[in-house]
Amino acid sequence: MSMLKRGSIAVVGAAESDLGQVAPHTSPVDLMAQATMRALDDCGLMLKDVDGLYAAATQVRMGPMQLAEYLRIRPKVFDGTQIGGSSFMTHVAHAQMAIQLGLCEVAVIAYGSTQRSVSRAAASPREFNPYESPYRPILPISAYAMAAARHMHQYGTTREHLAEVAVAARRWALLNPKAWEKEPLTIEQALNARMVSYPFTVRDCCLVVDGGGAIVLTSAARAKTLKKKPVYVLGIGETLSHAHISSMPDFTVTGAAVSGPLAFRMADLQPKDVTMLSLYDAFTINPILFLEDLGFCPKGEGGRFVAGGAIAPGGRLAVNTSGGGLSYCHPGMYGLLVMIEAIRQVRGECGARQVKDCDVALAHGNGGVLSSQCTVIFGSENTL
Amino acid sequence: MTDLMKQSPLGTWVGHLKKSELAYQVCTDNDKPFFYPRAVAPETGSSNIEWRVSKGVGTVYTTTVVYYKGEAPLNVAMIDLDEGFRMMSRVEDIDPLQVKIGMRVKLKVHPGDDKTLPYPVFTPAGDAP
Repeated sequence: MSMLKRGSIAVVGAAESDLGQVAPHTSPVDLMAQATMRALDDCGLMLKDVDGLYAAATQVRMGPMQLAEYLRIRPKVFDGTQIGGSSFMTHVAHAQMAIQLGLCEVAVIAYGSTQRSVSRAAASPREFNPYESPYRPILPISAYAMAAARHMHQYGTTREHLAEVAVAARRWALLNPKAWEKEPLTIEQALNARMVSYPFTVRDCCLVVDGGGAIVLTSAARAKTLKKKPVYVLGIGETLSHAHISSMPDFTVTGAAVSGPLAFRMADLQPKDVTMLSLYDAFTINPILFLEDLGFCPKGEGGRFVAGGAIAPGGRLAVNTSGGGLSYCHPGMYGLLVMIEAIRQVRGECGARQVKDCDVALAHGNGGVLSSQCTVIFGSENTL
Repeated sequence: MTDLMKQSPLGTWVGHLKKSELAYQVCTDNDKPFFYPRAVAPETGSSNIEWRVSKGVGTVYTTTVVYYKGEAPLNVAMIDLDEGFRMMSRVEDIDPLQVKIGMRVKLKVHPGDDKTLPYPVFTPAGDAP
């Protein structure tokens, strides 16, 4: 990653597609295309300006090809890396390589999913694994549940700590008009909800909704000529540690412990410099693990760190201000929306949930069963 | 050397299970055990691989209980075998919520049926070492 230059590219456009439950027979590529045009409108660029195309989705095997056909464009550079929910952070790294090398000038990264409409089983069919499938884990939930159980055993993390994460997400969601969840949630309600895979109730698990998004990236020089304030890519780090949960080396340590330091080194920043975090919260254990592994608290302290509303509105650290995958939107591969919230916070576009003076926002993506971990640090012009 | 024209890693493993044996592999270049069965050893890339039969005793590394609608709760656990490899499995003959991390367990081969190949599960080992 050392060849990637801090601040060499910027996000200039960002948009969600329609979210929640879309009309019957809407396709994932419909949502990708809708979000792409919204993101281009956001920065004033045109479809004909796009010469780099990046896309991934569980329902679309050849993302860049399908989106290029739909939009009838012929990008010079394209990439459909599929490593689950963090694919889009990796696409940012790949777009930065291409833009720095002059292979393309304007890159679009897009995603779409209709998993609520077609059912999760249809949208993300599981591959048969002879060493796991006979035991009937509910995947991915049981994988994360087993990470949580180990963390609880090893560090004294409690189900109440997990519930704190769900409640904090809900409190942020109530400040976001686009959030799926509209009703308050208490710790007791989260604890007493339907058990799915111990220690997780349904409130420890992300939403299952339709949705998509797109972002537009270009060189720092060109970014300055466009409509909105550029949001610079200051640092990126990525890693893969396993594919199946059975092969995760230590269930309490994620690849964020690798990707985070790589991103911070490139950005020449430290955790204390970060104003806001957007952490891939597919499950309540995720932010706890990522806060530890990214260096925001010591290993094992994540549960105690989030207690007492510490990551909720008004808390000591702003985490998942959109309401996260738990309460805002989770279409199956949530990473692009993780970045869009961080980008909007740096732009100052978040209204009631805006974090004051948000010059540095960290977006952390997770894919598979804690398998792929990618960290992107975004910054305002003040950070250059 | 695994000759994939003649025998697959999974095929060999299932062959052992049919004899009520839990097999695993060791790379003889670095003496490290590994699981799941492979044609090439991880890390070394070596084909110097030896099949061994586990004593079938291990420790629960982590555990969960899955709740399928209309079914009894079901345990899913990760087991660290004493030989130094880890696998997903299920601890049976005990209330699934009473399966605890650190619990010692011993092998019991599930025979499988028309649809499923035989597969290894575990039961509490009691006072076994």
